[in-house]
Amino acid sequence: MANSWRRERWESFRLLTPNWQSRLPGLRYQGPDPDGYMTTAEITEFIERSAKLSGAPVRTGTDVTSVRRAGDGYRVTTSRGEIACRTLVVASGACNLPAVPRFAGAVPASVEQLTPFDYREPGRLPEGGVLVVGASATGVQLAAELRRSGRPVVLSVGEHVRLPRTYRGRDVLWWMDASGVWDQRYDQVDDLTRARRLPSPQLVGTPERATLDLNALTSMGVELVGRWADVRDGRALFSGGLRNVFSLADLKMERLLDTFDEWAGTRGRDDELAPPERFAPTRVPESARWQLDLSGGEIRTIVWATGFRPDYGWLEVPVVDEKGRLRHDGGVVDGPGLYALGLPVLRRRRSTFINGIEDDAREVIAHLAGYLAVRR
Amino acid sequence: MTTVANGVNVQALLDAREVLKGAPEAAQFVWRASSTWRNGVHSTTTVKEFFGLGQEQTHRNEAVFDADHPEVFAAEDNGITPIEYLLVGLAACLTAGVASVAQNRGIQLRSVEATLEGTHDIRGILGADSDVRNGFNDIKVTFNIDADASRQDIEALVAQSQKRSAVFDALTNPTNVTVEVA
Ligand SMILES: Cc1cc2nc3c(=O)[nH]c(=O)nc-3n(C[C@H](O)[C@H](O)[C@H](O)COP(=O)(O)OP(=O)(O)OC[C@H]3O[C@@H](n4cnc5c(N)ncnc54)[C@H](O)[C@@H]3O)c2cc1C
Repeated sequence: MANSWRRERWESFRLLTPNWQSRLPGLRYQGPDPDGYMTTAEITEFIERSAKLSGAPVRTGTDVTSVRRAGDGYRVTTSRGEIACRTLVVASGACNLPAVPRFAGAVPASVEQLTPFDYREPGRLPEGGVLVVGASATGVQLAAELRRSGRPVVLSVGEHVRLPRTYRGRDVLWWMDASGVWDQRYDQVDDLTRARRLPSPQLVGTPERATLDLNALTSMGVELVGRWADVRDGRALFSGGLRNVFSLADLKMERLLDTFDEWAGTRGRDDELAPPERFAPTRVPESARWQLDLSGGEIRTIVWATGFRPDYGWLEVPVVDEKGRLRHDGGVVDGPGLYALGLPVLRRRRSTFINGIEDDAREVIAHLAGYLAVRR
Repeated sequence: MTTVANGVNVQALLDAREVLKGAPEAAQFVWRASSTWRNGVHSTTTVKEFFGLGQEQTHRNEAVFDADHPEVFAAEDNGITPIEYLLVGLAACLTAGVASVAQNRGIQLRSVEATLEGTHDIRGILGADSDVRNGFNDIKVTFNIDADASRQDIEALVAQSQKRSAVFDALTNPTNVTVEVA
């Protein structure tokens, strides 16, 4: 139970969502620190409590090795026998495997390569410089931790989502929640494909509630380079378009803060909040390097924080698209009696996070129950 | 949006995007150019045919481009320097992007001017210093845009046009180039 939190996170990991937002059906945080952020031990415990509460039978340590259509339902083969069912909810997660670009194969063997699944803490890395690839939540958190350990750190930055940890005295995710951004429905989002692929925000959950944007990293001495485009002759080549990914993220953040202010103004909430703030634009390095010799010894380790992908290798039903994503409409998969939960923007923006499951599960399961009722 | 007239048929582009999502073969284009040496460092390059949407296509008119070096390079200056064509391509691509994005976002443009500067240390191409690269060191593009929009919206237009620009991508990211003798 809670396998992904137990086995696939690094030691210092904490959720980036505040405790009061960690809600599961029928269960909410009741501890002493609603504004804090859970460690993996705390999330694991929280999920275990939820399982006990629901009373649903859980078969732990059981791998599903195949799901096939059989009769008017599905046959599920597991490492501990078979299960026949009329309906099936795919809740295997969106982040089963680290996504690593193909050119990783061209990196010289003298450089160690790690994914977030392998990374535990800085002390386990070889001495020397680290190239962290990807500047979303995982990348900025690992870059900061590695830099604090005294290592030279280069961070390769592609498109990213910049957010301050707190805004006008409140957690920025309080704003997302309260202002209704997270309630935006999947069928009302302008570009759903894009919304579902949106990288995680540059946030970290720490007791100090510190902002961990690129300016914070630059101040710590992390060197920023552009998106890693390719490897040639043992050299990493980075995009020269760094300024524009900064502009895109800065502009997007400003627009979001504008919508927050507008919401607070029209709802008459300005009095309970600190005054509006604006943040300095992302500082552009004097001259960002666009190549780095990987065999020169400067970089001893590469950490691929380039995102994750689902693994549907076991799903022998033709419902996965050419990009390896499940085809579904708000969790209703285009296979009879087949459903999905726990995917990004499944039914609303909130679905990407743990607390999205309450509403999503209710609606998807209502559909499932309707399906069964008609075919009884 | 109907009141905005920047002259870009955005609907056609959006329709094409939908169609090509399901037909990746049709989205494969090949752009072509052929050149002839004139004399000295002067050459002319013509562009007329290309391939796309599954078949051969032709521009309405053939375009001819002269390239040469300036007199300070002891040449005849029959045309612009090849590397200047990169600035032409970048300016045209980003400007087209600005117009398209503005149309799509319902922003009326009144004028769009861009000034481009590419800094170039020619010791690279002369072989005078092996630490100096051959190409541009830096390219700076400055847009001057007059439109019915806030400064923030205009900055967003320019950022989005870079994000979707073919030439911006070709200049900022490596491209495989194969040069052969037929
Ligand atoms: C690095 C990282 C940080 C995150 N941080 C936050 C955060 O701070 N706040 C937040 O709200 N959300 C966060 N999320 C998102 C959060 O993980 C998801 O919203 C949530 O985990 C979804 O729960 P789930 O049970 O659907 O999927 P998962 O937690 O992914 O669980 C899926 C489970 O299915 C199992 N499984 C998969 N395939 C099979 C199979 N074939 N047979 C048997 N079992 C299988 C997996 O082992 C796993 O235990 C984060 C995600 C990642 C990757």
